[in-house]
Amino acid sequence: MALYSEKVMDHFRNPRNIGVIEDADGIGEVGNAKCGDIMKIYLKIENDIIADVKFETFGCGSAIASSSMATELIKGKPVAEALKLTNKAVVEALDGLPDYKMHCSVLAEEAIRSALDDYYQKNPEKKPEQ
Amino acid sequence: MQTDNRQIYVDNAATTKMSRTAIDAMLPYMDKIYGNPSSLHSVGQRANEALAGARERVAKLLGCEPREITFTSGGSEADNQAIVSAARLGARKGKKHIISTAFEHHAVLHTLDALKKEGFEITLLDVHEWGIITAEEVAAAIRPDTCLVTVVYANNEIGTIQPIAEIGAVCKEKGVLFHTDAVQAVGHLHINVKEQNIDMLSLSAHKFHGPKGVGVLYARKGIALTNIIYGGAQERGKRAGTENIPGIMGMTAAMEEACANIDANAEKLIYLRDKLIAGLSAIPHSILNGDAKSRLPGNVNFCFEGIEGESLLLLLDDKGICASSGSACTSGSLDPSHVLLAIGRVHDIAHGSLRLSLCEENTEEEIDYVIKSVEEVVTYLRSISPIWRDLVTGKKQFIIK
Ligand SMILES: Cc1ncc(COP(=O)(O)O)c(C=O)c1O
Ligand SMILES: [Zn+2]
Repeated sequence: MALYSEKVMDHFRNPRNIGVIEDADGIGEVGNAKCGDIMKIYLKIENDIIADVKFETFGCGSAIASSSMATELIKGKPVAEALKLTNKAVVEALDGLPDYKMHCSVLAEEAIRSALDDYYQKNPEKKPEQ
Repeated sequence: MQTDNRQIYVDNAATTKMSRTAIDAMLPYMDKIYGNPSSLHSVGQRANEALAGARERVAKLLGCEPREITFTSGGSEADNQAIVSAARLGARKGKKHIISTAFEHHAVLHTLDALKKEGFEITLLDVHEWGIITAEEVAAAIRPDTCLVTVVYANNEIGTIQPIAEIGAVCKEKGVLFHTDAVQAVGHLHINVKEQNIDMLSLSAHKFHGPKGVGVLYARKGIALTNIIYGGAQERGKRAGTENIPGIMGMTAAMEEACANIDANAEKLIYLRDKLIAGLSAIPHSILNGDAKSRLPGNVNFCFEGIEGESLLLLLDDKGICASSGSACTSGSLDPSHVLLAIGRVHDIAHGSLRLSLCEENTEEEIDYVIKSVEEVVTYLRSISPIWRDLVTGKKQFIIK
């Protein structure tokens, strides 16, 4: 199907970082079954670095590919950088998404944000000064 | 990831492969008898004879008269013209109420939406979990100001067949026009418009191995049609535009072939369909959509809990299987199929639907491969689904079984 770029299909067919982290430092789940896409991100954080990240996704091809790419983009990066990840960066890294699929990439950004929020909630002392 | 080069086409409700018979019937009208039927010269007149012959043959297959046949650009145009015509006739008598069902094709529903904006009142009958209405429900909804009942003969997503003859009898008794969108039914089910009291019927060639972009509106004589397309005097002045002679010839040949083989095809398809239904039912937390018996011989439609339809389709495509889904992400909107919502499937599971629509060329071996492939893909997608995890760990309750 030429609906998606090669990159999207690659990440959809062979998602990176799929799975669960049992002792995750932060977990974020966004989306709902009503709209058809749900993403759950698990983070392991060591010395302010995303030491490991895993995801589970219920959703379409672009939802799975977006979560996979988003985890790739933040893995091994400082938390401060992960916080700045945008859906635009995810879409660019995937060589684009159809217009009506943009919401799937927004979910990926939100899922990471939500997992980091969870991490700060559990570790308030790590929260950067606003 | 494609394991071998086989291509299994099980999306015949979307469209079909053209039959050799249909293609061969079209070819002479492209480069030999290519005249305009309105031209006086011999090439034109030969085309005109072919057109008249096709009209007679199609009329015979439907059980009506040739002048009751209008050739159109397909099912959508026929649906539009039937409904708009009935609405205009009704409005003249002050009747502006139309009855239909909640799971019509968009060619019907969106036409009704447009009429609603003009002040028509639309009643959409509930189709129940099994996807079949009754003639009694139609009768109960008919009012003194009802000008039209329009009911899909067989639903395009879940394949359920409606009691058309009974509905026709009710409408006749109450003096209300009855239209049926028979796009999925013609060539697959026995139809006779007179015996079934059908006033108007839409059909489309590409659903029975004919060409795309050509169809028929049957309208009982005495029903004045309203033009959708204005221009020349073709089709008794009711549908302008130089006739699509190759398309009409291909459609006519395909329709004759399909109608001659209805019983033989149905027998074969029902065997394959029921085998497929049994195989997919064995996948835990799956459910058949629509009644199991009163459904098109080639239609199978399932929901699988915990997964989403588009990713299912893409992975099946990788395995060489062409199917379709009613998930939101395949439609470009956030809502899943209105048909699945109409039979009461909640959003969560309506997103995980799969339609497999067979044709007589599919084999039992293909069905076995489809069952195995769907099971593999569903299992894989569930293994990466956070919803599935919540379901199996008991954090959420299963909706299906
Ligand atoms: C029930 C039904 N009605 C109408 C149509 C529209 O037919 P066409 O594609 O020929 O316009 C279809 C085809 O998708 C259909 O399945
Ligand atoms: Zn999506």
